[in-house]
Amino acid sequence: MPAVSKGDGMRGLAVFISDIRNCKSKEAEIKRINKELANIRSKFKGDKALDGYSKKKYVCKLLFIFLLGHDIDFGHMEAVNLLSSNKYTEKQIGYLFISVLVNSNSELIRLINNAIKNDLASRNPTFMCLALHCIANVGSREMGEAFAADIPRILVAGDSMDSVKQSAALCLLRLYKASPDLVPMGEWTARVVHLLNDQHMGVVTAAVSLITCLCKKNPDDFKTCVSLAVSRLSRIVSSASTDLQDYTYYFVPAPWLSVKLLRLLQCYPPPEDAAVKGRLVECLETVLNKAQEPPKSKKVQHSNAKNAILFETISLIIHYDSEPNLLVRACNQLGQFLQHRETNLRYLALESMCTLASSEFSHEAVKTHIDTVINALKTERDVSVRQRAADLLYAMCDRSNAKQIVSEMLRYLETADYAIREEIVLKVAILAEKYAVDYSWYVDTILNLIRIAGDYVSEEVWYRVLQIVTNRDDVQGYAAKTVFEALQAPACHENMVKVGGYILGEFGNLIAGDPRSSPPVQFSLLHSKFHLCSVATRALLLSTYIKFINLFPETKATIQGVLRAGSQLRNADVELQQRAVEYLTLSSATVLEEMPPFPERESSILAKLKRKKGPGAGSALDDSRRDPSSHDINGGVEPTPSTVSTPSPSADLLGLRAAPPPAAPPAPSGAGNLLVDVFSDSPATQPGLGPSPEEAFLSELEPPAPESPMALLADPAPAADPGPEDIGPPIPEADELLNKFVCRNNGVLFENQLLQIGVKSEFRQNLGRMYLFYGNKTSVQFQNFSPTVVHPGDLQTHLAVQTKRVASQVDGGAQVQQVLNIECLRDFLTPPLLSVRFRYGGAPQSLTLKLPVTINKFFQPTEMAAQDFFQRWKQLSLPQQEAQKIFKANHPMDAEVTKAKLLGFGSALLDNVDPNPENFVGAGIIQTKALQVGCLLRLEPNAQAQMYRLTLRTSKEPVSRHLCELLAQQF
Amino acid sequence: MIGGLFIYNHKGEVLISRVYRDDIGRNAVDAFRVNVIHARQQVRSPVTNIARTSFFHVKRSNNWLAAVTKQNVNAAMVFEFLYKMCDVMAAYFGKISEENIKNNFVLIYELLDEILDFGYPQNSETGALKTFITQQGIKSQHQTKEEQSQITSQVTGQIGWQREGIKYRRNELFLDVLESVNLLMSPQGQVLSAHVSGRVVMKSYLSGMPECKFGMNDKIVIEKQGKGTADETSKSGKQSIAIDDCTFHQCVRLSKFDSECSISFIPPDEEFELMRYRTTKDIILPFRVIPLVREVGRTKLEVKVVIKSNFKPSLLAQKIEVRIPTPLNTSGVQVICMKGKAKYKASENAIVWKIKRMAGMKESQISAEIELLPTNDKKKWARPPISMNFEVPLAPSGLKVRYLKVFEPKLNYSDHDVIKWARYIGRSGIYETRC
Repeated sequence: MPAVSKGDGMRGLAVFISDIRNCKSKEAEIKRINKELANIRSKFKGDKALDGYSKKKYVCKLLFIFLLGHDIDFGHMEAVNLLSSNKYTEKQIGYLFISVLVNSNSELIRLINNAIKNDLASRNPTFMCLALHCIANVGSREMGEAFAADIPRILVAGDSMDSVKQSAALCLLRLYKASPDLVPMGEWTARVVHLLNDQHMGVVTAAVSLITCLCKKNPDDFKTCVSLAVSRLSRIVSSASTDLQDYTYYFVPAPWLSVKLLRLLQCYPPPEDAAVKGRLVECLETVLNKAQEPPKSKKVQHSNAKNAILFETISLIIHYDSEPNLLVRACNQLGQFLQHRETNLRYLALESMCTLASSEFSHEAVKTHIDTVINALKTERDVSVRQRAADLLYAMCDRSNAKQIVSEMLRYLETADYAIREEIVLKVAILAEKYAVDYSWYVDTILNLIRIAGDYVSEEVWYRVLQIVTNRDDVQGYAAKTVFEALQAPACHENMVKVGGYILGEFGNLIAGDPRSSPPVQFSLLHSKFHLCSVATRALLLSTYIKFINLFPETKATIQGVLRAGSQLRNADVELQQRAVEYLTLSSATVLEEMPPFPERESSILAKLKRKKGPGAGSALDDSRRDPSSHDINGGVEPTPSTVSTPSPSADLLGLRAAPPPAAPPAPSGAGNLLVDVFSDSPATQPGLGPSPEEAFLSELEPPAPESPMALLADPAPAADPGPEDIGPPIPEADELLNKFVCRNNGVLFENQLLQIGVKSEFRQNLGRMYLFYGNKTSVQFQNFSPTVVHPGDLQTHLAVQTKRVASQVDGGAQVQQVLNIECLRDFLTPPLLSVRFRYGGAPQSLTLKLPVTINKFFQPTEMAAQDFFQRWKQLSLPQQEAQKIFKANHPMDAEVTKAKLLGFGSALLDNVDPNPENFVGAGIIQTKALQVGCLLRLEPNAQAQMYRLTLRTSKEPVSRHLCELLAQQF
Repeated sequence: MIGGLFIYNHKGEVLISRVYRDDIGRNAVDAFRVNVIHARQQVRSPVTNIARTSFFHVKRSNNWLAAVTKQNVNAAMVFEFLYKMCDVMAAYFGKISEENIKNNFVLIYELLDEILDFGYPQNSETGALKTFITQQGIKSQHQTKEEQSQITSQVTGQIGWQREGIKYRRNELFLDVLESVNLLMSPQGQVLSAHVSGRVVMKSYLSGMPECKFGMNDKIVIEKQGKGTADETSKSGKQSIAIDDCTFHQCVRLSKFDSECSISFIPPDEEFELMRYRTTKDIILPFRVIPLVREVGRTKLEVKVVIKSNFKPSLLAQKIEVRIPTPLNTSGVQVICMKGKAKYKASENAIVWKIKRMAGMKESQISAEIELLPTNDKKKWARPPISMNFEVPLAPSGLKVRYLKVFEPKLNYSDHDVIKWARYIGRSGIYETRC
């Protein structure tokens, strides 16, 4: 840099600055600046041209004023003029002003670019550098567009000076970072790589920075740099400290360059060329060796430079992750740093070790330092170092040391800094779950966690505990006991109350046997926390209370008292109020009693059926039908719009199609409405409640008005005697359709373009009633519509079916209903046939279907204990009494579905009978008028082979076989 | 109630710190300095809330007076107190400068102890204070018992502002009506807003405890009194003025003002402010400014300003100063004026034209050529208004003192023996004309 000549002192500037500094108040400063600005304005305005010196001086002042925070809106032109000066100082000030104050002002930017261009083209290296610096400092898109092509040329030109190359490399780096798309890739990239061989270390350093940045985007273009970098690195590493005079920093040769080279190497995988690799490994080893040497200087700069190289070497080793020897050495080296008195070194060592711990080669080596790390966690003064220690503990944790690490972390948590508590809580939770050997330890750990740092335990953590406890039977009792004990602490965290409330509500019965934790004690313990909790927790606790009512009937009165209290029933919070009101009502009803098993039923198809026939029958009732909510309420008593005016009891059958919410099955005793009773899905399982089932059933069998029973009895003919010649053979799919109804009672039996037939049926004992719904899907009336039931063979002696006549015309879009009363006289094998005949648009249509009445419909489920079952099983040991079938599963093997099907089939499901819990065992009695057939069944699924083995034993041989066949088709 | 009071110099260094209540911590001093004095952006609101603490500040010649409180106080009361405090200090040691404060800090603490008690303002009447807070500490030893008891009875008595037993050879009183007139006028000469805020300041040198009665041409008073004589009403009707609102010194008997609209009082010794008032109607504007600005191209501006004096030719206005703002990119100014001196002040971005004296019903003008430097900023100059300062010997509100009667029944001097002086001074407040 040219020496500042005496005349360049700029006294005026110095005076101005000292004036500003001496100003006593802001106002005085503003006055002084206004004065100066006016002065500069008058100078710039003046007609006679200013000489370079004063121009420079005033531009300097403007710059100073701008940096003080005032707006400058003139002087740009003068600054641009300075750029064309031949004096270094003037040019420099010009560039400085431009770099600081330039905005993308169209007219000026052209002048500036022009000046820069001139300087770049000049042979003067100082000017070229100034121009490059200006481009880099402004770094705007416009600058990039103008010069991105020139700079690479300067960079690789043979005749550029070293300092210019250096500046050009850095300038290009800046432009590339600002707008990567502007820098054109070309043949220069190959030549840039060779700058690594440059004699001048400064050029190499700048080039390495540039290459590191560029190769991240296009690694392939710069692949060759690896070998060059390795050789350069090995030259530096092996050089004596005096070799690189200017670039030796406190006895360390070129530390920055080394670090940058190591970082560049981290962009690539380990070199494939063995020679290069060998050389590199040698370098790395040398660095590691050098770390062991005694320091050449006591100065901190020396050790800093040395350690910088060392750490970068280690991260390269970690990056390669292929040299076990080096990894272990690196780990040992870091181990030494763990106890260094320099905090920064300890921090860096812990940080690097974290990454080392994830490498398979060094994981064990890292684990040897566990005590040091734990110690660091406890004694370290700096919170960031402690955090790294916690990170490292987390990283080095595995099954062998999980217990130790988790317990240490928990202990640390009590005194941990607030900033890192949440993180540690999460880590503990993750580790505890990941490496839990027994779940009681897991539960203990998490409960401890909530106790120590409840505030930092996020929702997910305690949700997870509940999930695990709920899914693991073996820890439920332990968890209940532990939370019970934890809740006894005088002050426990709200999260603990939540966990406690949930677990006690679910599994409190497991510890209820102990008088110290009897149900009232559990309840009063939970309730003592109630008032200290937030709304969400209170809501959870209310749910727990209702669970208690269910689990422990003796607490019912107390809990109802709590729910009834004004503070709950009239709580300002809607959620709590609603819960209290609803739970109170639920608790006084029998709703909470255990749900009886109910057969699956087909609801959506019937719903569809109904929707289809809807439009034809616009009536006032439409509104209630369209309102979706009215469907939900348990089928309700929703009248069916129908051309055949069917009165209410049967009409609401269709309403049942909407699945009732599981929480609200009809209460048999509470609901005096018999209709509800019979139409509920589990009539058979509620014997003894309300009117006796037979009575109820029979009373309902009475046909609804206007048809009287007499009419029914008086005209059995169409049902009984259709004449066989009229009946065609059943349609091919009849068997398939029948199969659908083996395990359920409701659904669509048949559907084509014209007609849809829906079925709804109930069976009790040996009696059954079936509703057939004939829906006309067309818009044309069906004429001579006559459905009849036919008994093929001697079925009539086995099964009595009474049919009611239906109207012979079915309007377009309308639906008619037919009721069949069925009585099973004896066991039967073939189902009756249903023949439907009608004229559609003059053309006669006929259809024969199998009526979905199979022997299993008259199944009465029988509950029995294991030993009874086996006793009976043995009694039925004759070979002809048993029917067995091994078959492949047609449907996915889902235990729940299977269970539902078996229940739908009609047998009772017996738990805890078969030693293998996967197997299903059922029992039931087939009721016919003449006799009863006991029936035992066993279904053994084999999940691997996707096979089932079904064994049935009944007292009658054909029944066994028939049932076996029927049932086998269901799976 | 005021929790504490701080005085800072321009740098934010604490000169005086007096805390009256425990709820004000030591850090309050720093909070104000950091958030107000050293704030990055200039704080313009006189009330600042920092961390539930309110700071009320006034500035006096680069020194900051800040009252602090955590309670919900009457802000007007706090400011009234702060102004009073400034008056008291000025009465004791003149200008409130950093140096004066430093030199008198013992006195200031003494005053602060006296005029604020547990944050409640006490007697802040300078006359009364001066009887027992003096700058010569030894003097109190020479005070006789009677004197001391007299002070006590005065300070705690009904008339706390006036000492008993004062005797003057010449009973004399001075009455100053000081008004400042504020105006904003459009370039076309339309009055956009105008009001006068005035004070009646009295300086009394009267013996004993005289009862005074002050009369002026207030519309309400005139109408009330003029009921009987219709003749007088018609004569003075034109001259009466409408006062929008007024406040009185504590010595004025407000009950009597309410019932009879008469201002009667026992004046304190020496100078005090008898009343303050404000009027907005029928204001006499002493000067009219007629601006003429012409832009000649991008680099030149021609400004011509004419001022006309609008009062009796016999009166002389003084200290006239017209301030014509110049654009921010002014690079040179040439001024020509007939009267007075005009100068371009770059530091203030304005042309300042000063005229020492000017009689009524005269007219004077200035013309200036302003050269501009073209800038690359597209912002247009906002053209701030031309402002003016002056002093005229008349009350722009039209207020006239009708009488000031003095009765002293105990001592034998009558109203005629008192020498009375009255003078009217009208000053400019913010007197601006847009251009």
